[in-house]
Amino acid sequence: MLGAGDVVHVSGELGVGKTVFVRGACRALGVTGAVTSPTYTVGNLYRTGGMAVAHLDLYRSAGVTVEEAADLEPYFDGTICFVEWPDAGAGMLPPARIAVELRVGEGDARLIELRSNDAELLKAIADPLV
Amino acid sequence: MILGIETSCDETAAAVITADGVVRASVVSSQAQLHARYGGVVPEVASRRHLELVVPVVEEALAEAGVTLDDIASVAVTEGPGLIGALLVGLSAAKAIAFARGLPLIPVDHLHGHLAALYLAPDPVEPPFLALLASGGHTLIVEVTDRRGYRVIGGTLDDAAGEAFDKGARLLGLGYPGGAKLERLAAGGDPGAHAFPTGMSGKPGYDLSFSGLKTALRYALAREPDADHADLAASYQAAIVRSLVERTATAVVDTGATTLAVVGGVARNGALREAFADRCRKLGVHLALVAPELCTDNAAMIASAARYTDPIAFPGYLRRDAYATAS
Repeated sequence: MLGAGDVVHVSGELGVGKTVFVRGACRALGVTGAVTSPTYTVGNLYRTGGMAVAHLDLYRSAGVTVEEAADLEPYFDGTICFVEWPDAGAGMLPPARIAVELRVGEGDARLIELRSNDAELLKAIADPLV
Repeated sequence: MILGIETSCDETAAAVITADGVVRASVVSSQAQLHARYGGVVPEVASRRHLELVVPVVEEALAEAGVTLDDIASVAVTEGPGLIGALLVGLSAAKAIAFARGLPLIPVDHLHGHLAALYLAPDPVEPPFLALLASGGHTLIVEVTDRRGYRVIGGTLDDAAGEAFDKGARLLGLGYPGGAKLERLAAGGDPGAHAFPTGMSGKPGYDLSFSGLKTALRYALAREPDADHADLAASYQAAIVRSLVERTATAVVDTGATTLAVVGGVARNGALREAFADRCRKLGVHLALVAPELCTDNAAMIASAARYTDPIAFPGYLRRDAYATAS
C-alpha cells in the first residue's frame, strides 16, 4: 500500500511503542536486519530488494529549520519514510500520507489511530480488519 | 603519524596518534552547550556546527601534538554509521586534507573505532576477546579475533543502553540528555525498591532489549506518583546494568573468552564498571576498560582503528560516500 515518496508519521508518548510499531512495518516491507531506535543517530536507512526504507526520529530536535530540512533530505528521497516525534518537522518536512498515533489503553493494550486524507488508503487498511 | 577525524554524531573531534598507538593529541569539541540552548540535538545544528568546528578542531589537534601536516602520513575518518549530513562534513574535510597533501585516506567504521580505543598505548588489549559496546546510539556484543574487525553476536533490538539511561532520566524529570544525572540520583536510592524487568532475560542468544524497561518506568510513575525518585532511578539503573552484565556474561561463558572489554559512552557509568568488575572476578575473566575520555566519541579511537584498516591510495577516495546505518 505504501510506495517510494510516502511519509508515515508515528506519534505517541515516550515508551508507548513507536519503535516497535515501525519495526513491524519494516518487517512487512522486507527489512530483515535490526531495526533500532534512531533517537541518537536521528536517521536510519534500510535497503531491501530495491526498496529504501527510512526511519527518522526528531526526538532531539527542538524544531526543524530550512537548513535542517536540507540535512534530512536524503532520508525522504525515494524512500518510504517513518518519522517518530514528527511535530518538530511540521511544515518543514514532506507531509505525511498517513499519520499513526499510539496511546496506552487499559492494561498493556494500545490504541492505534490512523489519519490520512487518502480515503482509499484508509479503506484498504480498514476493510480486512472488519 | 595519523590524523583522525570524527563527526558521526554530536562531537566534532580530531586527533593525532603515532603508528604504534601513542595519542599525541585528542580534541573533542563537545557541542553540549549549544545543544542545551536548543533544547536537544537539532540535526542540522549538529551538521552545521561540525562544518564550523572541523577546521579549528583539526588545527588544535595538530598544535597540541606539536606537529604540522608535513608529519601526517595518512588521514583517518569515520564514514559511518551516523547522520549522513554530519558524516559528510568529516569525510569531506578528510578527503580535502588528504587530497591536498597527496596522502592516503582511511575510512573507518565508527564501531570498529570504539573497539580500537582498546588498542591504544600504553596498555593495548590483545585479541581474542569479547566486547560489550554500549553508547547512546549503539549497544552490541561482539567477538574480536583480530584487530581488523569484529563479529556481532548480539545487540539491542530497540533502544541503545545510553538512550535507555537518557530517556529514563527524561521520564524522571531530569532533563535530556540525563544519563549522568540519573546515575547521581540513583546513588542515593535503593536498587531493590522496584522490580523492573531485565530485558530478554532467559531467552537464548545475546540480544538485548530496553524499550520494555522504559515502559515499565513509565507505568511505575503513573501507578505510584509519590514514589521516591532516587529509588526509581536506582532500580532502573540496576535493571539496565543487570541486563548488560547478564547477557554479556552468558556470551563470555559460551564462547570461553578469557578477556572481556567494555567500551562506549555507557562504560563511564560507575555502577556498570563495578558490576562488570565483580562478575569478571567471579568468572576468572580479565576485564579491559579504557579511560573515560576514550569511552565517549573521540577521534583517537578512529585513528587507532585506521591502523588496522586498508587505506585508499591518493587520489582514489574522492568518490567515497558516507553510510547511515550499520549493515
